[in-house]
Parts: sequence; structure tokens; C-alpha cells
Amino acid sequence: MKYKFLEHTADVKFQSEGKNLEESFENAAFALKETITKGLKGKIKNKIKKKIKVEGNDKEALLYNFLEEFLFLLDSEDFLLAEIKTIKIKNNKLEAKIIGDDASNYKFTNDVKAITYNEMFVKKEKDKFICQVVVDV
Amino acid sequence: MFKMPEVKKISEVEWEIPKTGQMNVPGKIFASEKLMENIKQDKTLEQVKNVAMLPGIINASFAMPDAHQGYGFPIGGVAAFPVDKGIVSPGGVGFDINCGVRLLATNIKVSDFMKKRRQVLHDFKRTIPSGVGRGRKEKLSFEELNQVLEKGVEWAVENRFGKKEDLERCEENGKMKGNPADVSDRAKQRGLSQLGTLGAGNHFLEIQKVEEIYDEKIAKQFGLNKENITIMIHCGSRGLGHQVASDYIRAMEDKYGIVGLPDRELINAPIKSELGKKYMSAMNCAVNFAFCNRQMIMHDIRGILKRYFPKNKNHLVYDVCHNIAKIEEHLVDNKKIKLCVHRKGATRSFGPGRKEIPEVYRKIGQPVIIPGSMGTASYVLVGTKKAEEVSFGSTAHGAGRVMSRHEALRQFRGEKIKQELAEKDIEIEAGGWKSIAEEAPGVYKDIDEVVRVSHKAGIGNLVVRVKPLAVMKG
Repeated sequence: MKYKFLEHTADVKFQSEGKNLEESFENAAFALKETITKGLKGKIKNKIKKKIKVEGNDKEALLYNFLEEFLFLLDSEDFLLAEIKTIKIKNNKLEAKIIGDDASNYKFTNDVKAITYNEMFVKKEKDKFICQVVVDV
Repeated sequence: MFKMPEVKKISEVEWEIPKTGQMNVPGKIFASEKLMENIKQDKTLEQVKNVAMLPGIINASFAMPDAHQGYGFPIGGVAAFPVDKGIVSPGGVGFDINCGVRLLATNIKVSDFMKKRRQVLHDFKRTIPSGVGRGRKEKLSFEELNQVLEKGVEWAVENRFGKKEDLERCEENGKMKGNPADVSDRAKQRGLSQLGTLGAGNHFLEIQKVEEIYDEKIAKQFGLNKENITIMIHCGSRGLGHQVASDYIRAMEDKYGIVGLPDRELINAPIKSELGKKYMSAMNCAVNFAFCNRQMIMHDIRGILKRYFPKNKNHLVYDVCHNIAKIEEHLVDNKKIKLCVHRKGATRSFGPGRKEIPEVYRKIGQPVIIPGSMGTASYVLVGTKKAEEVSFGSTAHGAGRVMSRHEALRQFRGEKIKQELAEKDIEIEAGGWKSIAEEAPGVYKDIDEVVRVSHKAGIGNLVVRVKPLAVMKG
């Protein structure tokens, strides 16, 4: 499992996992992408490259800020994520190289208004990391 | 982990969560048995209880008849704090700051509209940008955006996107006091191309007819009658407002920490603190953006109506906010005091006499516009004195979800819903089948029951019910 969706009355809730923190964050970004583009036919093309850098006071804040970056890029630059090329996390600082396409080339209708802290956690369980996020839609 | 608070029935439409433990005040819920069954299915009651623990809260932590689980505050939550010793919480306003509704009344005959229904709806969809991230091709400059944030609807009227009369038909005359410098560049970048766009999710445009009149006299004063169509616009402050909420949640966490909060989303700042003041200022800017957003959409609608019905006349009935915190005067223990009233998924419902209500309505109370879900009725209510006494002048804001979007997709097919709506003679244009299924009428509470409870509790009285004829969704 990379990520899965859980029941939530008004909003969307998902969990992602990975063998390290980076991978669990990467999968959380894909869960967010899936939330936004669900039902979209065909793959998002690798056309535009970007670098992102975010910080947070703790792992949850870092995850929040990381995911919010994708909402920001979508609203301000019409950027839609396809793949994450590299992702590094150190001392609650994250750097990633991402690639994607102009969102206006695709048709999708799911607005994610915001990432929330509601029921959010990032935790290590045995040999894997799990992130849980509820997004406001 | 998750323990449902005890709830006591007070009357047919009122319930109480008695004050226990860390609660500063009791919880109070306006609901019938039937709505309480819905409310008990998620964490709404726990959230009502958490809000009751916030510093300075007075009287009670309220939940309106359409309440459901939110983040931090429940949706349908109302809480008031004295300005001198209370707090303001971005989670008590919500991410979609000033998500709201406006209603336009016209003199276009229902029968005339029905002849052109499909083309008109199609033109709505073609003209008004909707969907995710979708902005307008022409972006505002930073300079222009700052003006919008400062002036709200006034900016639109100055730039010929509206008439002067529109101003007073908005809560706060379409403008609240805020300094655009308190809004981050990031938030502004998200807003540059989104003014005059509908967005997606539960936001919609609807062309309607008045189906039932409960109060002839007031309906007439609101300009509503059974012959003519009305148009409802439901949307908010888009990415800009969401970013303002996010920015200040982060800033308040940095400043005050999250230790001791019953829920991280209840982060707050004293109203009097610098950060509290800055949040109020930035929130007001986002409020202005949302007012202006609905104004721009209405302007586009007026343009389309003019093409199809060149001689039509129309007027804005009112524009109400659903997600907001406002400084208002209320009577507490027979003394007038200034309060910061948070309404998150709730509508202000002021009765006759309040100075905040435009003169045309001051003798009867403010129009309260309550949108139903896609394909069900919507209502116009009138604010009451009783609401001012028992709920800080607040009532419900809509139907309220009972089913997740995920579950909705499992249970409903967009094609089938469209067909069912067609059988009820409702035409729909949407971004896709999926967005129809997610907002299917069955995923919402019974709006008829929500407004019945509002009326029975006296916190918003029935004036008219409107039925959709044509719906546009993002």
C-alpha cells in the first residue's frame, strides 16, 4: 500500500506509508494528487520542473507545509504534479525536485481547499512511516 | 479515544451538553430528534465540547440544526468571546473565509425563462470560470488586488461591475476593515486570477422559482414572488482565503504553541493581541475578496440575462456570509457588550431594528439565505429578535453533509442523478459526472427539517422556499 482513503463525512481523509519518512511524504503528495484529479483519464505529463523547499516546527507541520505547496502551485501557477524526482528531509527541512504539467491541459473538478491538522499524524511503526491527513474539500 | 459527550434534551428542538471538566460553558445544539441522529454519527458533539473549553467563551458553544463534523470547530458552530478578554480562532471561521450566498431577484417570468433555459444555463457555464485552480485568463495586478482586498464590493462598483444599490444589499455593505499588508504575497498570488470564479466542490449557481410562500408580507418586501425567477450564487474567497487561514494558523502556532489545546485546529490568539488583530485584518480582506467574487459573478450573470431578456429588471436581495468572525454588540446579562462572534457554517440572523441591517429591511429583519443541496429546495428566512437572545443572532447555513464524498461515489452514479433531476424538471451543467455524484441530494441532511427546526426554535423564520430550475456546478 502506498496510500489509502478512509471514511470522513464532509472532507477527505487519507493515510500514506513508506519505508522512510521521505517515502511516506512522497506518497502523501500522491494521495493529495489523487484527491484532486480522481477520475482523470490518462497520465499527467512530465513537462515542467520545479524545486520546492519547506520547513516546519515538527513533522506534522512539515507535512502540512509540504502538501500546501502543491495547492499553492496549482492556484498561482496552474502547476499539476506528475512525479517527485528527489525528496530529502533533514532537521524538519524538506527539499524536493518535482515535475508536472500545466493544469489547464486537464479536466478535473475536485477542489481541495486546504490541508488541515485535523486528525493529522506522522509516526513510525516498526519499519515503516505512516502519515494521516484530512483535507478540506 | 473517541467518547461521545452526554447530551440532554431541553425541548423539541434544543439540546444541551452540560458543563463538565474543562468546559467554560455548556454546549447548546438546535436540532430535532431526527437531526440529532445525524449529528451523533460523527464527532460534532465532541467538537462542540472542545469549543466550550476556549478561553473567554460566553453563554454557550452553539451548534446550528445543520451541524456536522468540521476541523476544530464543527461546521454549524457559533461561539462568542468578549473583545477585551476573548480569543479569535481561524479554525472558528474556516478555511473558506466568507463562503456565502447571494440571491438575485428578477422580473423574468418563469415561463419565459423555461423557453430559453438550456441556452441560458449553457452560457452561464461558458462565461463563468469554474473548477479547480481555474482562474480567469486576465489576471489582476497586485495593485488592483490590494484595492479589492481593501474595498470589497466598492471596488467592483467603482469599476462598473455593479450598481451603487448593490452595496447596501450585502452584509457590512460589502466591505470590512482590513489592511492588505496583513495578507501574505503567497495568498495574493493564489487570488490574482481567481476573482469572479466559482470554484468547485459544493459551490454552485442556481436559477430558481419560488415554490412556496410562508410569509406574504415579508416575501413581498424582499421582492420575491411566484411568477419570476431568482438566481442564487454560492461561493467564497477561493485560494486566497484558504491561504490566509493557513498562514495565520501557522503564525499562531509559532507564537503560542499547541500544548494544552483540545484540538490543534483550535489554535487561537487573544483578540487584543497583535497577531489577533492582524488575523482579523487579513480575514476581513479575504471577506472583501469573497464579497467581490460574488459581485463579479453576478455582474457576468446580469450580462447574460440582458442578452436573453433585454428588458429585464433585477435586484440583489442580499448577500450573506457563512464563515466569518465579526465584532458585534450583544446583550449579555442585560448589558450591551462587544463580542467577537465566530460563525462557521452559520448565518447571521438579526431581527428588526439592528443598525447592521440595510434600511430597506430594518423594520422586518435581515434576509437569511439558506441554500439546499443540488436539486433540492433552498430557503429564504428572516432574522429574529429571538435569535439575538438565544444564539447571538445566528441560524443554520445549509443542509450539511451526512455522507462522505467517497461513499457518495460508491452509492451514486452522476448519469443517474442527472436523469433523476431531469425527472424533477431540473437542468444541470457540471464539470463532470463525478462532481454530480459527490453532491447528490442524498448525501445531505434534509434541508426541510433543518429550516423547520430553525423556525420552531425561532432563530430564523420561514419566508419562502425556492426550487431549482437550472443548476451549474464547478
